[in-house]
Amino acid sequence: MATEGVQHVALSLTDHLPVLVVLIPFLAAPLVVLIGRNRLAWPLAFIAAIGSFVVSAQLLMQVGDGDVLSYHLGGWAPPLGIEYRVDAANAFVLLIISAIATVLLPYTRASIRAELPERHIALFYALFLLAFSGLLGVAVTGDAFNLFVFLEISSLSTYVLIALGAYKDKRALTTAFNYLVMGTIGATFYVIGIGFLYMATGTLNMADLAERIADAQGNRTIHAGFAFVVVGIGLKVAIYPLHLWLPNAYTYAPSAVSAFLAATATKVAVYVLMRFMFSVFQPGYTYEAAILHLIILPLAILGMFAGSFIAIFQNDFKKMLAYSSIAQIGYMLLGIGLLSETGLTAAIIHLFNHAITKATLFMVVGAYVLRSGGSFYANLEGMGRIMPWTSAAAVVGGLSLIGVPGTAGFISKWILVQAALESGAWWIALLVVASSLLAVIYVWRGVEVVFLKPPQDDVDRREAPLTMIVPIWIMAAACVYFGLATDVTLSAAQAAAEGLFAGPLPLTVEH
Amino acid sequence: MMSEVFPTAFLFFAGALALLALPQGRLRAGLLLAIPIAAAWQVWSLPEGGLWQVTFFGLELELMRVDRLARVFALIFTLAAFLGNLYAWHVRDAVQQVAALLYAGAAIGAVFAGDLITLFFYWEGTAIASVFLIWARRTEGAYHTGMRYLIVQIGSGVILIAGAALYYRETGSLAFETMTLGSPGTWLIFLSFGIKSAFPLLHNWLQDSYPAATVTGTVILSAFTTKLAIYALARGFAGTEILIYIGVVMTLFPIFFAEIENDLRRVLAYSLNNQLGFMVVGIGIGTEMALNGTAAHAFAHILYKALLFMSVGAVLFRTGTSKASELGGLYRTMPKTAMFCLVGAASISAFPLFSGFVTKALVLDEAASAHYTWVWAALVFASAGVLSHSGIKIPFFTFFAHDSGLRPKEAPTHMLLAMGITAALCILIGVYPAPLYAILPYPVDFHPYSGGHVVGQLQLLLFALLAFAVLMRTGIHPPEIRAVNLDTDWSYRKAGPWVLARISGLVSAIWGAVGGLFAGQIRAAIAGFYRSHGPEGRIAHIWPTGSMVLWLAILLGVTLVVVYAA
Repeated sequence: MATEGVQHVALSLTDHLPVLVVLIPFLAAPLVVLIGRNRLAWPLAFIAAIGSFVVSAQLLMQVGDGDVLSYHLGGWAPPLGIEYRVDAANAFVLLIISAIATVLLPYTRASIRAELPERHIALFYALFLLAFSGLLGVAVTGDAFNLFVFLEISSLSTYVLIALGAYKDKRALTTAFNYLVMGTIGATFYVIGIGFLYMATGTLNMADLAERIADAQGNRTIHAGFAFVVVGIGLKVAIYPLHLWLPNAYTYAPSAVSAFLAATATKVAVYVLMRFMFSVFQPGYTYEAAILHLIILPLAILGMFAGSFIAIFQNDFKKMLAYSSIAQIGYMLLGIGLLSETGLTAAIIHLFNHAITKATLFMVVGAYVLRSGGSFYANLEGMGRIMPWTSAAAVVGGLSLIGVPGTAGFISKWILVQAALESGAWWIALLVVASSLLAVIYVWRGVEVVFLKPPQDDVDRREAPLTMIVPIWIMAAACVYFGLATDVTLSAAQAAAEGLFAGPLPLTVEH
Repeated sequence: MMSEVFPTAFLFFAGALALLALPQGRLRAGLLLAIPIAAAWQVWSLPEGGLWQVTFFGLELELMRVDRLARVFALIFTLAAFLGNLYAWHVRDAVQQVAALLYAGAAIGAVFAGDLITLFFYWEGTAIASVFLIWARRTEGAYHTGMRYLIVQIGSGVILIAGAALYYRETGSLAFETMTLGSPGTWLIFLSFGIKSAFPLLHNWLQDSYPAATVTGTVILSAFTTKLAIYALARGFAGTEILIYIGVVMTLFPIFFAEIENDLRRVLAYSLNNQLGFMVVGIGIGTEMALNGTAAHAFAHILYKALLFMSVGAVLFRTGTSKASELGGLYRTMPKTAMFCLVGAASISAFPLFSGFVTKALVLDEAASAHYTWVWAALVFASAGVLSHSGIKIPFFTFFAHDSGLRPKEAPTHMLLAMGITAALCILIGVYPAPLYAILPYPVDFHPYSGGHVVGQLQLLLFALLAFAVLMRTGIHPPEIRAVNLDTDWSYRKAGPWVLARISGLVSAIWGAVGGLFAGQIRAAIAGFYRSHGPEGRIAHIWPTGSMVLWLAILLGVTLVVVYAA
């Protein structure tokens, strides 16, 4: 139900859904600050997250069968006006982000109260909402520069969110500063790339860009722009050698922030990469195919192994998870790099499956931190006996991380292996399996610490509060549910991959 | 989802859940017995065909494919679960109880699996459930052994699913039917089955782990994992010729190890490996009668092997040791256990009127009639070896030989009962094999008690006995002092036939060298990885901002070059 033809007709609320999904949390953020009351901050944020979640579910239903929604911000027609463009791919990403935020928010109450001083709680929720709306905006927009704006909104608030970890560990400050520098360079690269593209084509609308780039083959400016965009987004994705900001950021941020970032931030960046690779540029262009085969694919495989090996030797649970994320991002990039519809499906479904898996695990660590005061393995010894519910969820998440059948992680890996075999690269399939075995080792190390060691004396011997257990188990149950009932996720991912692989839809410029 | 019956495996899983709700004690132990009985009744009355389908992301899974081959294995598995649980009546450890149920359920589920995905699920299920039987011993050694066991078993499952993925690519089907070796997919599946059925050089996990489990755990372990793999081979690779040769090697090489081994439970583990060889040969021959032989031998084997593990386990339970050098003369106070052990020994040695005789003859006859003469000869030789290490060594050094001075009590009643039932079944099958023959996959027209069979087997057995007697009298210097002293296996090597000692020494040396080589390399590799990837390593180091910017610049440069060059 595209809105192109109804320019001068009063729009119903349904027509505004593409902008509402961003607007709800975006407006809730200043509201939280203005009210300034800790007690009202959480309910407001929660309501905003639910609102976004409902809207994105609606959107996904509308575009599930291959439709594309085009929303013109302020009624200004693209390519001059900003266009929000929803297809199956980004509707799916919107749903991931908003679902994670909705489940996570109740969890933040106890966790944040324990890790932040009272006076920052309202501000925390404001920042959280900003980061949340920024990520949604990145996913929903069809305008390359608007994407940059949202990217900065989410990044700037993320830097602060990470720095909030300083109340527990001062290293959060240097980490946040490091990430600030890196992230800014990445964003700058992106904006330089967009500048080049604008110089060569004179447009910022993605669909319009796609058409003009197709017309201007061999233009060196466009080539340079492409390289800058890929590397800039690559940093946000944490492609293997550009991952250095990630481990510390996830480790020293407050637990709830780690869970949110791990589940959403890099996923959105991967989505942006896919959007540029398949909708703005075309895999058919020789330079893009070369990048995918010569750079993305090898780096993906390198990341799968390097990340896993480092994770094996870690002695901090959070850091182990962070490095495992780098390996898991490798799988997504691998799916993209295989350049097939099945590969893309694998990447997209892994976006989702990894998001719920990592959210489960980071939430579990947060619960451990609440009771034991730290996330080092030494702090977590014997927590399996003290916190059986939390620890059982950790096992479920761990199994999903490995990719044990019956869990969500298996589905993505199975499709990824199928994609590798489909393109005749059986050695890649073997590498995927081999790196999964490494995951067995690092997950096992965690299980060993949590279940097989006697508990420390100086820990708070209580199970986590119910407000944490319930969200953790919703996520853990999702890990199992989406490992068994794959209809929803698989068909959404397939629709998204088909949509992306079909190339850009022509810009509608009749008005 | 279509369902005509409740899958048998789920019966066990539901039982395991219900178990936790019951208080520890007789009620629980009773439930542990009731579930296998209910399952056996269900398996017996199941109609043939595909009875339970599930759709799992676009794939049709068949959870209950019932045919005669599956049924005979499922039946013996329920029987083994019953006997094992009866033997473990005294155990009050929830971990072991639940693990035993889940393990048996997974094994039976795997037998009924009609596709490779379902098979994989249960395949890993057996691995995960069974490791707790080893860990339940709760010693440091058992923990590490369990870890090694788990890695091998999970590895086998991972290879299976990799093979299944490739097979699916090749054929577009995941049905678990007879396959032909050739493509990478089928080779991987074959390898996975091979690991679990302890093919030569893939066998070490078996001798490593079985003796490390609890007294009752070993009895249960001995029944399922390897026989499941035998079933899988019979289903997937019947008639694959290479299996004949693998099987022959399997029957032969464990003999040498078994001869010099001091831990009696480990001796039994080696002889288990040897018995699997007979079944693998049967699968390799692949004729209807040979497959009958494999299934029948698996059936009988599970019983007598369990019986032997039970009797040695009872001794371990009472005396705290299963070392041949520390035991002896126990018949005085454990006469019933000794008697049951002798029944088991006679069965495994294939004495006429015992179960091994009527089943092994099926395989041997098929080998002979399919003109694998030297295969047949090797199997005959292996049979003699079985007699020596399992038939004589186990009962002799435990219950007779020199008097160790131990005067343990007779085994507890429930153990005696479990052993008694098993022994009775061994004899029943041996005397009246018709019911067993009737449930085999294919119609049987075979008469084990022909003159030729009986005389041939008796000749073999008697000469082997004679040889043992001669060696015992001559190999040991002063016969009037202790007949055999097994303080170290060095002295036993001296006592035993020196040829065997030489061969086994050589084999162990090669194994040790290969193992040492790899162990060294693996250790070096791990150390290397730790240096590079460990928390202090260069790769895991959190570099200052500048270096990251450097990486960014490098990557940008490379990307630009690639873009321009393309």
